[in-house]
Amino acid sequence: MSGAHDNPVAGSNYHYIARKRRVVEDKRFVTGNGNFVQDQDLPGTLHVAVLPSPHPRARIVLINAEAALALAGVAAVITGDEIAEHTLPLYHGLPLPECRWFPLAHEMTRYAGEWVAAVVAEDIYIAEDALDLIEVEYEATPAIVDPEEAMKPDAPLVHPGHGSNIIYDGDFEWGPVAEDFEAADHTLSFRARWGRSSTVPIETFGVLAKWDKGTETLNVWASIQMPNYPEQIAAALRMPLNGVKVNQDIDVGGSYGVKRGIKHTVLVGYISRKLGGAPVSLIEDRLVNLASGDAHGPDRIFYTDVAFDQGGVIKSLKIRAIDDCGAYPGRGPFQLGKPIAAIVGPYRINSVHYRPCSVATNKTGQVPVRGMGQGPTNYMIETAVDEVARHLKLDRFEVRRRNLIRSDEFPYLNPTGTKYDSGDYETVLGKVTELANYDDLVKRRDELRAEGKLAGIGIATCLEPSGGNNLFEFLFNPKAEISTYMEGCQVRIDSVGNIVGTMGTTTSGQGHETLVSTILGEELQRDPDDIRVIHADSLAGLPTRSPIASRMAVMLGGAAAGAAQKIKDQLFQIAAHNLNRPIDGLEYSEGTIFDRSDPARKLSWDELCNIAHRQFHKLPEGMEPGLQALHVMQVPLGGQMPDEKNRVQLYPCFSFQAHIPFVEIDPGTGKVTVLDYFIAHDCGTVINPDIVRGMIIGGVAQGIGAALYEKFDYGPDGQFLSGTFVDYVMPSVFEIPYVKDVEHCTPSPLTSHGQKGSGEGGYLGAPAAIASAVNDALEPRGLSIHELPMRMNDIEELLNGEKPE
Amino acid sequence: MTKRDITLTLNGKTVSGQADPRMTLVDFLRVVLKATGTHVGCEHGVCGACTIVLNGEAIRSCLMLAVQVESQEVTTVEGLCEEDGSPGILQDAFRDGHGMQCGYCTPGMLTSVHALLQSNDDPSDEDILEAIGGNICRCTGYAQIIDSIKIGAERLREDKS
Repeated sequence: MSGAHDNPVAGSNYHYIARKRRVVEDKRFVTGNGNFVQDQDLPGTLHVAVLPSPHPRARIVLINAEAALALAGVAAVITGDEIAEHTLPLYHGLPLPECRWFPLAHEMTRYAGEWVAAVVAEDIYIAEDALDLIEVEYEATPAIVDPEEAMKPDAPLVHPGHGSNIIYDGDFEWGPVAEDFEAADHTLSFRARWGRSSTVPIETFGVLAKWDKGTETLNVWASIQMPNYPEQIAAALRMPLNGVKVNQDIDVGGSYGVKRGIKHTVLVGYISRKLGGAPVSLIEDRLVNLASGDAHGPDRIFYTDVAFDQGGVIKSLKIRAIDDCGAYPGRGPFQLGKPIAAIVGPYRINSVHYRPCSVATNKTGQVPVRGMGQGPTNYMIETAVDEVARHLKLDRFEVRRRNLIRSDEFPYLNPTGTKYDSGDYETVLGKVTELANYDDLVKRRDELRAEGKLAGIGIATCLEPSGGNNLFEFLFNPKAEISTYMEGCQVRIDSVGNIVGTMGTTTSGQGHETLVSTILGEELQRDPDDIRVIHADSLAGLPTRSPIASRMAVMLGGAAAGAAQKIKDQLFQIAAHNLNRPIDGLEYSEGTIFDRSDPARKLSWDELCNIAHRQFHKLPEGMEPGLQALHVMQVPLGGQMPDEKNRVQLYPCFSFQAHIPFVEIDPGTGKVTVLDYFIAHDCGTVINPDIVRGMIIGGVAQGIGAALYEKFDYGPDGQFLSGTFVDYVMPSVFEIPYVKDVEHCTPSPLTSHGQKGSGEGGYLGAPAAIASAVNDALEPRGLSIHELPMRMNDIEELLNGEKPE
Repeated sequence: MTKRDITLTLNGKTVSGQADPRMTLVDFLRVVLKATGTHVGCEHGVCGACTIVLNGEAIRSCLMLAVQVESQEVTTVEGLCEEDGSPGILQDAFRDGHGMQCGYCTPGMLTSVHALLQSNDDPSDEDILEAIGGNICRCTGYAQIIDSIKIGAERLREDKS
């Protein structure tokens, strides 16, 4: 069971924070009353089905939709030519004017499954029937599939106008790399491969749009998790931003970063306007989701050189990272940028040479996935540490202890200019070792080995940057001068004293209503279960950057605390005015404000709220009536741009985890079974123990999936091979052991209650930990594997000598 | 295509609707009968999000046609609620164990567990794994779901006694 009770903050004076509290959102979910996009029921809704390209790379010669249009119930068929004429290209994070991206393929297809046409019909069955009636003439050409091949000058071009398949090629040097390599006792090199996988929510992406003629507003309901979503819709549809209303009260059925949906939304938004305001919905079916929706994550090759001393202390890293961003880069390349914040992990590594490269191929475009590229990078860093241990024949745990930043070194400035806020890494590593009963685990492993089985113990540590300012985008693209990544929360107290907290984004399982109500309840000393939290639509004007980047505990939590403080300030002014006492002589308790020297002189919560709303004659001069406050939080430590050496603070808060899995490998089949999994976790103050525990363990499960099962496969010809859940295999309860966890709390000095992010750490650390365990199991055979996923057949081939490392 | 009239018992009440012979049961429940608690995940029988209870047995409503449930008895997640629509014992157990995050797989998870507990009120760990082995949850890593099931099973036993 959870070790959240070990959290020292739980023993503090908090009433609601860090204490067991039912998650607000759960009630509607268990009763079947969630408000998912597919539950929206607008009369007359038209449904969109999309026609996939059978070719990964082809010129579109002709599309004949006459027969489809003639089918009863079909309202329209849309092609790429029409979309390209009436909308502007979709937004890439990098300036790539010649990589034009539209919701439907325009003139050529660039990956198998790319949408070539869209049918709009009165129900989805008819729309899918009509797809079969569309005739398309293609002129197929060879596809480019391998990213390293794609970098060669003679490779077929995904975007001929761009002149190369290289989308981004960066070169960063932080600290004296050459000197550190020169002075090192040892160096080693390795190649590590992170396969194309993702977090694949059980709900596919869906969107419903309705153009309202009367108000000239495009209403959007979507299972979205994306910053600047309304901005991108408005830009592509050439509409004013204040004409796009995104309803943020949609429950999102999982996202973990991937639900971006911009091409879907621009398509249905365009269709709804074209058809005069009919509601139009596009719900990905699973094949569309896997082949051509927003699904695919990083697909990365690392070439890493490590410089280290005789004791296993790592001095420097040289990292070449090649990432296959697919046909349409979008924000994919930035998944090489976010990891800069913790490119040296939790270790005292002195210098880094980092050369990230994003390459286009004829595959589905990449979307951000939980951790924004930190998962692959952490896998590479931890591989480096294990390789150093192996090279020196040292214990992997001991090598980590020698390299970890010590608790007396915080705030710790890493070579890239980012300061780590707080931590006690060695204690957390100690806690997981204790939780795992490590000596006993070694005994169990060795017993299995003695029986002729393959068994291994893994270890990985991991930093989880949280609450970022997006400056990695500027590092990659100096035109993107964006340094604010704010979040807003509004608090209103009505005339009878009920509290409403308003946030400006959707929720996809993180429990933000619980977060906001817990913090408001704590700050205002009111029962959080009586606090209502709503999601303002995008026109209601609440600044937000969406729940990405493990940022909501820090940013939305901080915004809620700030708004509550403003409310309290106002209440104190009202009380001081009416009790005729100075503010510093007053005290606040559970909503009542009283005179510290004469506690009978007081104003109750109800009285204060009544004055604020109804009694002008009792308000301090100049005070606005009502009780409402908006607080917009800026990212802690923000406001600084990179220096001339590209050093900058990218994220303010750093959570830490240590993972120990225990695995067995069937020597005959190569099947890996995860027998046990232990994790110690420090995200500062835990706001809601159940939510944090769930995020950690859920992340671990996704990480086990990425390590052992999940991959979007393509054939050498560029055909997509993972279009079902039989091909794209996700772990069930049989593959995930009951994960045992323990908390540690090193509060952040930078946040409202010492909290840090917790949404990503499980996922960031688990793949590295599982790889470490598998390699430990393989060691007696003299084998190792540095390629994910490590599927059964991969291990079997390795054991049979068919696939040398 | 000619639509067929279909009458069934849904969550204890007799209901009717019309569906094309090719319409899946889950679409019929959601689109025609407006019982949107049941969710669609993969439409090919792997993920378990659309699980309902048909005549006491947990089945995938994406793999059945609506016309197949004529005169049959169907329980969906809505049917696990109390008369007044408030959460039933198993549903409250999932709240207390926080056996979910995004809530999307939850209705299928609950119906699978409901079917298990109807026939076995004291399930072993293996029974629990077997019952939810066909329900994929991407959020939780299953630990809190298992906790919730154990809380629910115990409370349902107490409720009976």
